[in-house]
Amino acid sequence: MRYLPHSAADRQHMLATIGASSIDDLFAAVPKSVLGTFSPDLPDHQPEFAVEAHMRALANRNHAAGDGPFFVGAGAYRHHVPATVDHLIQRSEWLTAYTPYQPEISQGTLQMLFEFQTQVAHLTGMDVANASMYDGSTATAEAVLMARRITRKNKVFLSGGLHPQYRDTVVTYLSGEEGLECLSPSPEGQGDIIDHIDDDTAAIVIQTPDFYGHIRNVSKLAEAAHAKGALLIVVVTEIVSLGLLEAPGALGADIVVAEGQSLGNPLTFGGPYVGLLACREKFVRQMPGRLCGETVDADGQRGFVLTLSTREQHIRREKATSNICTNSGLCALAFSIHLSLLGEKGLTRLAKLNHSRAIALADALAGAGLEVLNESFFNEMTVRLPVPAAPVVEALAANGILAGLPVSRLEPDKPEVENLLILAATELTTDADIAALVDALKGELA
Amino acid sequence: MSMNTQGRPTAPAADNLAASGGASALLPAEPLLFEIGDRDHSGVDLPDVEVSDDRLGGLRRKSELDLPGLTEPEAMRHYVRLSRRNYSIDSGMYPLGSCTMKHNPRLNEKMARLPGFADVHPLQPTSTVQGALAVMSELSHWLMELTNTAAVSLSPKAGAHGELCGMMAIKAAHEAKGQGHRKVVLVPESAHGTNPATAAFLGYSVKSIDANENGTVDVEAVKAALSDDVAAIMLTNPNTCGLFESQIIEIAQAVHEAGAYFYCDGANFNAIMGVVRPGDLGIDAMHINLHKTFSTPHGGGGPGAGPVVLSEALAPFAPVPFLRKDGETIELVEHVQGDAFGRLTAFHGQMGMYVRALTYMLSHGADGLAQAARDAVLNANYLKARLQDLFSAPFNGQPVMHEVLFDDEFLKGTGVSTLDFAKAMIDEGFHPMTMYFPLVVHGAMLIEPTESESLQTLDTFAATMRELAEDARNGNAARFTSAPTRAPLRRLDETRAARQPRLKWSAPADDRQAAE
Repeated sequence: MRYLPHSAADRQHMLATIGASSIDDLFAAVPKSVLGTFSPDLPDHQPEFAVEAHMRALANRNHAAGDGPFFVGAGAYRHHVPATVDHLIQRSEWLTAYTPYQPEISQGTLQMLFEFQTQVAHLTGMDVANASMYDGSTATAEAVLMARRITRKNKVFLSGGLHPQYRDTVVTYLSGEEGLECLSPSPEGQGDIIDHIDDDTAAIVIQTPDFYGHIRNVSKLAEAAHAKGALLIVVVTEIVSLGLLEAPGALGADIVVAEGQSLGNPLTFGGPYVGLLACREKFVRQMPGRLCGETVDADGQRGFVLTLSTREQHIRREKATSNICTNSGLCALAFSIHLSLLGEKGLTRLAKLNHSRAIALADALAGAGLEVLNESFFNEMTVRLPVPAAPVVEALAANGILAGLPVSRLEPDKPEVENLLILAATELTTDADIAALVDALKGELA
Repeated sequence: MSMNTQGRPTAPAADNLAASGGASALLPAEPLLFEIGDRDHSGVDLPDVEVSDDRLGGLRRKSELDLPGLTEPEAMRHYVRLSRRNYSIDSGMYPLGSCTMKHNPRLNEKMARLPGFADVHPLQPTSTVQGALAVMSELSHWLMELTNTAAVSLSPKAGAHGELCGMMAIKAAHEAKGQGHRKVVLVPESAHGTNPATAAFLGYSVKSIDANENGTVDVEAVKAALSDDVAAIMLTNPNTCGLFESQIIEIAQAVHEAGAYFYCDGANFNAIMGVVRPGDLGIDAMHINLHKTFSTPHGGGGPGAGPVVLSEALAPFAPVPFLRKDGETIELVEHVQGDAFGRLTAFHGQMGMYVRALTYMLSHGADGLAQAARDAVLNANYLKARLQDLFSAPFNGQPVMHEVLFDDEFLKGTGVSTLDFAKAMIDEGFHPMTMYFPLVVHGAMLIEPTESESLQTLDTFAATMRELAEDARNGNAARFTSAPTRAPLRRLDETRAARQPRLKWSAPADDRQAAE
């Protein structure tokens, strides 16, 4: 038990100081009937090498994205993370610190969060951002609740281009509440929610690039929403796209939520990720989650603290804006370091590189006679196969090619999407990967 | 420039850059990224490919983002320097009550970074991620064995998210039984703020239960509050006063007899892991903070993970996704079937944390986890024994669990507040304890040493605390009210931060314009 420092003599000495004869005496308040009366079906402690061998064996049963051609996206993206990012976040002072409740000895975390908030605000084109959320999907649900608080109206429309699992998360968060309407999937990119907006509408939620890869112009929607006193919530699941596309804030968004995984954070089978939430300044007191603000210390030196906590659960209890009591601090750090390393120049290049790889993919797929649904896209697109997509993906996976996401996995009860396959390319997608994919698809569909 | 009249160094370049030189030795102030970065700098080498606007839907960005870049050496120094302005568990004792700042083993980090775990996509075919599903399955087994429960939902992303999950399962169970009219949740006064916030989030009204003179919840008080309107009780055990709720079995029985469910806040499970199974106490749902109990690092505030264990009664109502075994193959059920209440997040939860927690569990083993809980309790009681003659303990006389609660009675008349005392601890090299929580005690000081601290560290801590308490009593208030003096910054003006919120950096030119 290499993590426990006491010797038997230490324990005896401590018990003597306490005046107890055994550690069991310290559990006196526990009913005897339930104290240590079981022998769990669990192994005893093991040496480090044995634990490592066990975990490696489990890891080896997975097909890693880097093991072969890889085209899965749909809200989580395989990008290269510079070695510097992972090195820095593993420093003890970042990794093993707690929430910065004592600002005098937490300025590292606090300044980083202030920089992160500024980066996110600039990237999204918004006035303010918070110190991060669990992930993009829960941030979307919180944004919907926030819009309902701000407008004091109930009706919310979720676009058919919203990631289905984001939609499902919002539905769960609002379970039992009136007014939520989810529009049908819009794989062609045509579905629009503009006609649904009325005076009772609190918010409309639209993703761009959307789940099917289409880039959506949200400015008309913003105008229509604002004319009726509704808010526009824009969702971005591929944050790298903002290196090439207009920021949602510049197009009239009121709240922008995003998944930040693409910068600094590995895929990790879906988590931990980092949710971004940014809004216009006038809504800041309705924001969920933590905020870091600038101030001065007793000597007038610039410093940072967690602030506006009167919105939060530890002050307001049942009247809090949200029950969220944490942020994805370390993931936000990774995001911020990666974005600092890129800078505006690097982010623009990375975005262009992603788009150019996606163009190569789209052209190769179209060249092979497949129907690509997108006229516009960033690094992701939807293809309509002549047959159901799921078995094709399985067949290719058996040959080491991870060909994308069959839409039916997330929309199982909708036969109209059964043949659709969503594929993503990133800077890591090579010409050889694309050629292998197209050959395999041709073979499978022949 | 209005800021400078208040002493804030808004001029970015000269002063701040000088401060990061050798003159300030090992505690340099670090300018903001926006003050040292340059839009033409980049620490990532990428080709500059040309792309046309043809397929960008007419939405190619026209504006600048105003995002500075750092070269790799610049980034290294910026983040290393910033890191040195943080206290961490690897630097010293971090006795934050109810936060469980225990050692974070690096084997966990190494395992989480194996490509087979870090480089797998949540939506690649499940046939290609059987190892990841096996991690989830093994972790589930450990959690169910340690709690004696029937099911576990892994997807909650943090403790408060787990509360939401457990309470949603309770709500769904009531609705399935035609008991949707139950709109009241009982929450003890000493509960974490997330408990009432979670209940209110789901449309419940919160009814507070007072603690008795022993610092625990009385079964009679619960019985008096129970009615046909009550959906659940949310109780923390061991509670936030560091005490085991000794009447918990009777409370669970009373709650069940009234047709309500028992939600247990498992934030303090580390005190009893491997020693007491919450299922044996009658709980229906309990979240487990993997980042506390099973040592996944806190990372300056997250990410955490908050799996929820469920009793037989609530198991059918768990959200998606969950696992189903089909022979050797593990299936991932991603869509609502039957009574499941929905989906709490995209994808499957905090896989990175599952790997770390499972690695920790295997390293400790069932025997080691039980010993860790027992040592955590031993350490808290040892500190209590070493300090109780000088510090005032509100519920004296009984042994505590993994944390010990004092109040500020001993500071009465000294001119030193709980906050001042905490700031003085910083000057002595310790992270302060939790202050002003739980709310049931005036000027609370909640100390949780955890099992990781050695006897020598505990003795040094106790000696320091005693010396501080004696100094306060001897009238040396200035030492406390001026503290900290040995931290990178002195006391920060939190009122100003809230009254004049500055939540992002803006260029000094913007400040000038704003001031004019």
